[in-house]
Parts: sequence; structure tokens; C-alpha cells
Amino acid sequence: MIETFYDVLRRQGITRRSFLKFCSLTATSLGLGAAAAPRIAHALESKPRTPVVWLHGLECTCCTESFIRSAHPLTKDVILSMLSLDYDDTLMAAAGHQAEAILKEVKEKYKGQYILAVEGNPPLNEDGMYCFQGGRPFVEKLKEMAADCKAIIAWGSCASWGCVQAAKPNPTRATPVHKVITDKPVIKVPGCPPIPEVMTAVVTYMLSFERMPTLDRMGRPAMFYGQRIHDKCYRRPHFDAGQFAETWDDEGARKGYCLYKMGCKGPTTYNACSTVRWNEGVSFPIQSGHGCIGCSEDGFWDKGSFYSRVTDIKQFGIEANADKVGATAAAVVGAGIAAHAAVTALARARNKTGIDVKQGEQ
Amino acid sequence: MLAEQDAFEAERNARMVKAVYVYEAPLRLWHWVNALAITVLAITGYFIGKPLPSLSGDPSEQYLMGWIRFLHFAAAYVFAIGFIGRIYWAIVGNHHARQIFLLPILNRHWWSEVFYELKWYLFMVKEPKKYVGHNPLAQLMMFLFFTVGAVYMIITGFALYGEGLGVGSWADQMFGWAIAVLGGNSMQMHSMHRLGMWVTLCFVLVHVYAAIREDIMSRQSLISTMISGWRMFKD
Ligand code: HEM
Ligand code: HEM
Ligand code: SF4
Ligand code: SF4
Repeated sequence: MIETFYDVLRRQGITRRSFLKFCSLTATSLGLGAAAAPRIAHALESKPRTPVVWLHGLECTCCTESFIRSAHPLTKDVILSMLSLDYDDTLMAAAGHQAEAILKEVKEKYKGQYILAVEGNPPLNEDGMYCFQGGRPFVEKLKEMAADCKAIIAWGSCASWGCVQAAKPNPTRATPVHKVITDKPVIKVPGCPPIPEVMTAVVTYMLSFERMPTLDRMGRPAMFYGQRIHDKCYRRPHFDAGQFAETWDDEGARKGYCLYKMGCKGPTTYNACSTVRWNEGVSFPIQSGHGCIGCSEDGFWDKGSFYSRVTDIKQFGIEANADKVGATAAAVVGAGIAAHAAVTALARARNKTGIDVKQGEQ
Repeated sequence: MLAEQDAFEAERNARMVKAVYVYEAPLRLWHWVNALAITVLAITGYFIGKPLPSLSGDPSEQYLMGWIRFLHFAAAYVFAIGFIGRIYWAIVGNHHARQIFLLPILNRHWWSEVFYELKWYLFMVKEPKKYVGHNPLAQLMMFLFFTVGAVYMIITGFALYGEGLGVGSWADQMFGWAIAVLGGNSMQMHSMHRLGMWVTLCFVLVHVYAAIREDIMSRQSLISTMISGWRMFKD
């Protein structure tokens, strides 16, 4: 008999009531409406379980930390039961050779069916020696497991973009997953870490519907990364009114004015923080008085100050922002024009006399 | 289009009218509307990145940043639609209207005229040449800094605009790719768009200076030409 998700959950001691609650919760968090709940339940009851293998490369485990704090305890229990069964360095019970054997087993038994969730990324310098697991470079393990998977979920900004370990000059050449594995679909769930509810919803969606969520241009699930923090920020009326905190402790900061001038990256960051929020919906950075640092955007670690909107651009080999480069160029042009005008005036004065002589000759 | 030809045209026509009709009305109108739009864009754009001092009071009674952005977007539409209109005029207008879009880069003689003008600006020759349309150096600069620059500002600007309209909006579909080309983080796009403002400013500085200087120095009218359409030759 093939095992379904439901079988597994029951075996883990989860009641049917809890299971159904979980299904409706997931349906709402995916924005699918009440009608989708029975569909999710049906899928989980009847379809054979899709195994998930969770690998860890160069990372800080903040994605896992976030994941296991998913708002509803139920969600956490259910999802963890679904996942930890197979392979996850942090959560599984197995260790050593036993653990590595599981990888092999999944790869053979579920060829082309399992989902590969990757937290962190492989460093490529020195043949990948900067991240070594089970006696071999992580990049080898990643490539091997990716070869037979159905799809890859790239957890967090590490797997999606490279994150801080890829900051210039990137000594280990930490490389995001989609640049190493090019022949499999990669679903990016960026953030440092990503929001737990977003993570669980993405997994559940893929497991129960057996298809990829709709992705945006950058390969992120559109349902959670389709809007900017700025689009749904509760401080937005202050932005439009031109009311900004100018320093961290001024009147504006106390009144909860917009943090744009303090460098908030909300206007350029696609994530769900301003809607889903963090820690069971308690708050999110802007609500706590600090601007968004754009942690789910590519290169946020290398794009200059977190505390300025006009940030440094490195294309010029020096640390300078558009205003510094531009104002310098404009000043040079202005000085050039002034000098040119002066020389022109002189030359004209001299020429005038020349013309007079010529005319005198005629 | 070249100096000799222009001089010939000037001479032939000048005998009768001492002036040549160069810039047709739509082009002149466009020039000044465009100049105004760019001025508004640069000022409002500057304050989008570095907003004015904070206001106090009830936010529902103010809309300062909103108005600044609205002005920017309104001027942006004027600028972009005007540019499309200008392209149309390049097709149906006289041959001077095509100059800022098409450079005769294969014409050696044209290049020598560019260098002649360069020498004139570097005080290496005493007499400027006369041109009915743009002088070749001006033509080159206008192409590089204005025509290319305008396309650049329109693409980067509407890519940012598409972010506000939302994923899937027309602006996102038509121009959103530009953000992906720059790596996907639109902070980069903001910086590049802002840099474009400074490049535009540098062009305007040189352009206005050159227009005034040549008006005085080159024995032919310039500024009044962009108003009336007629190029006067002063000797
Ligand atoms: C010569 C033409 C233009 C100039 C000089 C200009 C200048 C600027 C500047 C300096 C900024 C601020 C960038 C920053 O620091 O974040 C800006 C922002 C922007 N511009 Fe332009 N711009 C021009 C044309 C356009 C066009 C054609 C559009 C198309 C709609 C456009 C749309 C925008 C948008 C959407 C923003 C971002 C607004 C925001 O973040 O709230 N711009 N522009
Ligand atoms: C934002 C400011 C401005 C921009 C972007 C701009 C741009 C341009 C462009 C693109 C042309 C070529 C016209 C064509 O062939 O279609 C031109 C021509 C011209 N502009 Fe401007 N302009 C600006 C401001 C000014 C100002 C303030 C003046 C007057 C002092 C001026 C004087 C002229 C003149 C005299 C010409 C004709 C040059 C010639 O006959 O070769 N412009 N301008
Ligand atoms: S605090 Fe940030 S995200 Fe919120 S309105 Fe201001 S700039 Fe936008
Ligand atoms: S508010 Fe911005 S920096 Fe903070 S977690 Fe969300 S995306 Fe990351």
C-alpha cells in the first residue's frame, strides 16, 4: 500500500480534526478561499506522499529557525511530520552513515519525484572545500541530489541570491543555487530569513497540488513576493504626506512617521512582511521602528548603507552615490563652461581688434 | 546636410531672404515643452530621492510627497509622449528634424566637420562655419546625450513606475525586464535613474551655454531660431 501524507500524520498522532483545521488554515494563507480546503485535504489523503529532502550548505540556519516557528503550532507539527521523515541535517534523528544512506535511498526510490529544499548555498572556490559534509564538498552532494529531484526550493537569501557570505569580494565564491543547478526548476523563497508562514505555505502548496506556485520574473512565488513592503506598509500615509522621521529619536520617529529618510528599503523590497508580519503576526521591522533593510532582495548586503535612500553604487570603483558622482560631474562641467566662457571673451576681444584692422585695410 | 551644402543653401536662399526656415513649428513647440518637462522631472526627481524637510500635522491633510511624485509622473508622460511625437516628426518633418536621430557615421566628411567644430570650440580655428541645421558636433552630442539619454530615462523611469502600478501592469510588462537586467534589486535601478538625471543636467548645462555662445560668436542666430524657426545669417 502506498503511504499518503494523511497516513503519516495519523501515525504521528495528529487527529483528523487538527488535520482539517490545518487544511483550511493553509488554504487561507495561500489566498485560495474556503473551497480549496477540502481539495487540500483530499490531496493529502489520497496522493502518495512526496518526500522532501532538506540540505544545508553555507548558511546560519536562520531559515530553519524561522520555519519551526511557524505561527500556528498545528502548521508546524504537520509540516515537520511531513518533512523530518526523510532528510534534514538539523531535524532528523538519523546521523552519520545512516543519514547519508537515506539520501541514497530517496534518490533511488523516488527518482524524479522528491522535492529538494536547499538552505544555504555551495561555495565553489577551492573545489568547494569551504563547505564539507560527510567527507565531500557540499556542491557535490547538491548536484547529486538535484540530478533526480522534481524541483528545488531555494530557502532564504543564501540559496536564492548568495547573501552575506557572497558579499564582495566573496572569498569562498558562495554561489546561489540557480547558478549551480541549471536544469531543474528553482523556486526562490528569499528573505533573511523568509517568513515562516510563507515557507510552510509554499511547501504545502507544492505537496498538496503537486505543482509549482506561480513564479514572478525573478523566480519567487508571486503570491507572497508580488508586492513591495512599501505597497502595504501602514506608515505609507506618512510617506505620501511627506512626514518623515529625520533622526532615530526625533518627534517624527516617536509619532511613527515614515522611515524613508532613515534609509527604509521598503519601496524596493518584494516580501510579505507588511501583510503577514512576524512572530505570529505580532510585528515587523518597520512597526518596531527600524526601516526595512531589503533582506529578501538580491545584493542587499552589497548595496551601500541601510540608512540612506541614495546609496553607494560600486560600478565606479570608488564608494560614491549617484549624487556624489553626478554633482562632481556637474561641477566639473560647470567649471569647464566658466573657463571656456572666459577664454571666449578674451579671444573675442582680441579678434575684434583684428577685424577692425582688416576692415581698416579695405 | 554638410557645411558646403548648407552654405550653398544659405547663399542661395539668403540672397532673397537672408534667412532660412529650419525648424518647423511642431519641432519648436516640442523643444520648449520638452525642456520644461525635463526641468520638472529633474527637480521633482531630486526630491523623490532626498525629500524635503518633514511636515507635521495630520497626514490626511497633506500630500506633499504624493504631489511631488504626481508631478514627476505627469511630466514623465509629457516627456515620453513628446518623445514619441518627436520621432513621428523626424519621419514626416524636414531633413533637419532627422538630425538628432540619424548620424551619418559612415560619412568621412561629416567626421571631419565634427573635428572642425571641436577645433572651433578649442580655439584652434578662428572662423566658425555656418550650418542651416545643427552643427555636426552639436548633432553628435544631441544624439549621444539627448536621444540615447531620453530612451534610457524612459526605460528606467517606466520600469520604476511599473513597480508602483504593480506586477503585471502594462508598465511592468513592457519595462519590468530592465530591473531584472540590473540584477532584480530595484535599488540599483533607482541609482541608475538618478545618475541619468545628473547626466541630463550636464548635457543641459553645455547645451544652453553652447546655444548662447554660438548665438553671439558664430554670425548666425540660434536661440531665436528655436523660437521663430528662421536661421538668420548675420554676414
Ligand atoms: C529626464 C527625465 C527624468 C529625470 C531627470 C528623472 C529623475 C528622477 C530622479 C532623480 C528620481 C529619484 C531617484 C531616487 O533617488 O530614487 C526619479 C524617480 C522616479 N522616476 Fe524619474 N526621471 C526622469 C524620467 C522619468 C520617466 C520618463 C519616468 C516614467 C514614468 C520616471 C519615473 C520615475 C519613478 C517611478 C521614480 C521613483 C519614484 C519613487 O520611488 O517614488 N522618471 N526620477
Ligand atoms: C532641459 C533643457 C533642454 C533640453 C533637453 C534641450 C534639448 C534640445 C534638443 C534635443 C535639441 C535638438 C532639437 C531637434 O533637432 O529636434 C535642441 C536644440 C536647441 N536648443 Fe535646446 N534643450 C533644452 C533647453 C534649451 C534652452 C534653455 C535653450 C536656450 C538658451 C535652448 C536652445 C536651443 C537651441 C538654440 C537649439 C537649436 C540648436 C541648433 O540650431 O543647432 N535649449 N535642444
Ligand atoms: S516606512 Fe518604508 S515601507 Fe513604510 S512607507 Fe515609509 S518608506 Fe515605505
Ligand atoms: S521588513 Fe524588509 S528587511 Fe525586514 S524582514 Fe521584511 S524584507 Fe527583510
